[in-house]
Amino acid sequence: MSLDREMIRLDAVTKTFVMHLRGGARLPVVNNVAFAVRGGECVVLGGPSGTGKSSILKMIYGNYRADGGRIDINGPTGWVDIARAVPRAVLTLRQSTIGYVSQFLRVIPRIGALDIVASSAREIGLDEPAARAKAASLLERLNVPERLWHLPPATFSGGEQQRINIARGFAAERPILLLDEPTASLDGANRAAVVELIEARKRAGAALLGIFHDEDVRDRVADRVIDVTKFAPEASAR
Amino acid sequence: MSAQDDRPLLVAEGLSKHYGPHLGCADVSLDIHEGEVVAVVGESGSGKSTLLGLLSTQLLPSAGSVRYRMRDGEERDLFALGEAERRFLLRTDWGFVHQDARLGLRMGVSAGGNVGERLMATGWRHYGRIRAEAEQWLERVEIARDRIDDRPDTFSGGMRQRLQIAKNMVTRPRLIFMDEPTGGLDVSVQARLLDLIRSFVGDYGLAAVIVTHDLAVARLLSHRIVVMRHGRVIETGLTDQVLDDPREPYTQLLVASILQA
Repeated sequence: MSLDREMIRLDAVTKTFVMHLRGGARLPVVNNVAFAVRGGECVVLGGPSGTGKSSILKMIYGNYRADGGRIDINGPTGWVDIARAVPRAVLTLRQSTIGYVSQFLRVIPRIGALDIVASSAREIGLDEPAARAKAASLLERLNVPERLWHLPPATFSGGEQQRINIARGFAAERPILLLDEPTASLDGANRAAVVELIEARKRAGAALLGIFHDEDVRDRVADRVIDVTKFAPEASAR
Repeated sequence: MSAQDDRPLLVAEGLSKHYGPHLGCADVSLDIHEGEVVAVVGESGSGKSTLLGLLSTQLLPSAGSVRYRMRDGEERDLFALGEAERRFLLRTDWGFVHQDARLGLRMGVSAGGNVGERLMATGWRHYGRIRAEAEQWLERVEIARDRIDDRPDTFSGGMRQRLQIAKNMVTRPRLIFMDEPTGGLDVSVQARLLDLIRSFVGDYGLAAVIVTHDLAVARLLSHRIVVMRHGRVIETGLTDQVLDDPREPYTQLLVASILQA
């Protein structure tokens, strides 16, 4: 990972949902999205709810499809346009390059919290003991009580689940990290812990792109804020 | 996903199957790579089981081909294999987990015998070693060692499915076909089975084709999804992409119909 190297580059990205169950209603989300994120910086997507911030993150992760434009990712073997990449290439990029912390933890039946976090660290090649050590230190930093580490998080509170989710996102240190409101359901101490984790990733040269509704967190981590309302679909398209 | 070889393991092209005037599936093309799990989803009658039958050579296609990269690296046309070669492939490099365990197990033969049978097909002769290997695999699928001499007709539904998996895994297959592997099981039993399948796929770099009508099963296990309707593939892509951003009207309907617990 190197500082100041472009890692994410979006150009003319558009997205419209077509709701076939609502008679084919078209719901334009964003139009002509263009920006870049470099290694070592944290860029924040700003703007009110419903302006497509989360959709932009999901398109970069390959979770939503882009209808037009390019989403270039600086991967280990060069630039890849994720908007056109075949599924295997997207999975390879997720494995090597792009991490993502979603708003909610998708629980896996029967798997304990520590194992969920450790398995994420193993994805980037840590061996089992190193992965478990990394997982344990993250759970500790995020104040997840040790008695919960071996329990499946299905029954945990929203805040606890979110902290497992964050630990999972930070356990695998990849060159790009996408953050979708990681601090939404956290208290002050845990918000501060997340801010520290973000700062550490920045210092390590990772490119971070996130959504933070909490102004305090946003002010502390953001190098730049991109106002997403400028990518609003034109009124005529609505 | 492991990628020892960048060529696909299995390549299906233009597969069609007609049952008399009735269409089973039409013009399906599909690649499967090593370590890749593909879920085939759709409702009853969508052609997903027909497709599984064709890919696994249990059915003969009306048109189209399936090529497979054998363990020696050579790509072979599966419908041109001799019967002995095909059977050998099925018993060693492939696995098949049926929804109805009675199709995948010999109910009158002990659990150990069911597992050992595939070892014998690959040349194992020493009784003690076969039994020891069978015991290990029973343990790995969480069946107590002291049940090794019991017949599967004395097992619960979940145990039968796990025994099917042990039986298949014992020869270290590279590709496993599963037809509604969790169908008809209680949810807690289902979770245990899914966990087992997930860990085997990860630990052994297994490729799998899983037919399921359950989108949650597809999300948990698969990398890619193939949505079928009326015998045709109507949408395909990364699993989370198809489920979170479905494009086709029918896929949107399927996703919208999932019950949230």
